[in-house]
Amino acid sequence: MSEETSSKLSRRKLITTGLAATAGVAGLGVAARLAQRYGLIPPDHGGIYGLGETLTYASQRLLTRHSLAREFSRSQISKPPFPNEIPPLNEAYKRLQAGGFADWRLTVNGMVARPVSLSLDQLKSYPSQSQITMVQCEEGWSYIAEWMGVPLARVLELVEVHPQAKYVVYFSIDPEWWDSIDMADALHPQTFLTYGMNGGELPVGNGGPLRLRVPRQIGYKNVKFITHLTVTDNLKSFGKGLGSASPEGGYAWYAGI
Amino acid sequence: MPDGRAACYHSRVGESACLPSVASAVPTATVTARHSALVRVTHWITTLCFFALLVSGVEIVISHPRFYWGETGNDLTPTLFKLPIPASRNLVPTGYGYVLPDQNGWSRYLHFQSAWIVIFTGLLYIVSGLVTGHFRKNLLPDGSDLSWRALSTSIRGHLRFQRPSAAEAWSYNVLQRLSYLFVIFVLFPFVIWTGLAMSPSFVSVFPATVNVLGGQQSARTLHFFVTLALVAFLVVHVGMIVLAGFWNRVRAMITGTMITSRAGAPLADTNAGTNMERT
Repeated sequence: MSEETSSKLSRRKLITTGLAATAGVAGLGVAARLAQRYGLIPPDHGGIYGLGETLTYASQRLLTRHSLAREFSRSQISKPPFPNEIPPLNEAYKRLQAGGFADWRLTVNGMVARPVSLSLDQLKSYPSQSQITMVQCEEGWSYIAEWMGVPLARVLELVEVHPQAKYVVYFSIDPEWWDSIDMADALHPQTFLTYGMNGGELPVGNGGPLRLRVPRQIGYKNVKFITHLTVTDNLKSFGKGLGSASPEGGYAWYAGI
Repeated sequence: MPDGRAACYHSRVGESACLPSVASAVPTATVTARHSALVRVTHWITTLCFFALLVSGVEIVISHPRFYWGETGNDLTPTLFKLPIPASRNLVPTGYGYVLPDQNGWSRYLHFQSAWIVIFTGLLYIVSGLVTGHFRKNLLPDGSDLSWRALSTSIRGHLRFQRPSAAEAWSYNVLQRLSYLFVIFVLFPFVIWTGLAMSPSFVSVFPATVNVLGGQQSARTLHFFVTLALVAFLVVHVGMIVLAGFWNRVRAMITGTMITSRAGAPLADTNAGTNMERT
């Protein structure tokens, strides 16, 4: 190989590498801008696992905006349904439980035109829907049940969500337990405020009297004992600003996988 | 890069064509090209990701060391099999009187991040392998190598732990080619598929990916078995490298070059070089 061809080659290589690097950096910049604009960056995108989390959330959000979680036949319902361990119930819960949950309220506020406070009876007065879907825990176990409730979208329609809203934050009566979902999941037809299971009341062990079902995400996003919803366009002011209690405990905010 | 080396890298069963032209100039040993930069970089990224996936996967399994077949499975349903290990959740009946610390949070973060990196690395490797002819030239076995006689000779040699022949330093033997192809085109795609088949969000778009496997718990169980197959490959792979001369082979996969004796045979390791010189 002569000196001349060698230097030509290295110059060409240098130019190609330079162009590729510039294109790569510019491409990443554009991708980040677009991802931000279309809401493809999860609130827990910081830190060493931010890359993986953002790729997972962005790709699944692009892929699964309208897709439906698998539904099963009545014969596939797990018998008996599996009640996962629940944290010790607090005094507020026990008091409401003693009263047969007659005074259980669901308050909805934030970026809405008409904040409301609904009793369970009021929730049950809306047309009830059911789905036979799977709960799968991040640990590895799973069960199928028939869930009855009212789609969250119905309640959000009632309170008239502002068009700039981006997330629904939901709170358990247990102050340690709160989470949030984006509007794609909040308005999804299978996202239910669930009050019934397998034809009966929702058992305490499964989150009764009110649990949020998000069947396209795994177990821990399906928070039990729901008392409060807030609609927002920014998750920074909730807890440590990571979107839910899960990332504060080391778990991903988005749990579609 | 001297032309002699480049020719050597792509030659099939190296032999004399593969001998570096500069060999005679160096009294005892010389350095010869072996692996392309792309193969080396993707190899080590995959190695790192595989260990991250394995460690985090083990941690995730520890939270529920029970396996099932079909759609669902939990503590109230019969298992396909259980691992005789303690669990990191007190709900799982393991028979042990203690519970291991919960490591699932970072394990899941690390598992999925490593999965993304290994998928991009794998795509880069496969596309470049197709473009450069790496698979055709270096991994696809010759028709003659696939005869029963050739295969059984190779299998017998492996079972006797014979040290690989000199030619095998420059080229892969038939069992090596078949197992590499199996890992690249069967095990890796299957472990990615069974992983995605456990994602409730992914299967909401592609329900067939979990339905054909027999259900979500079947996908989890298969994911575990493919992992065992990959670990078995890793053990044999590292065992063969030790047998063939650990440092020289590892050096070849890091620097791209291999130290060979005057005769063109790869040195089993640096000590073997001095022995060879004495004889």
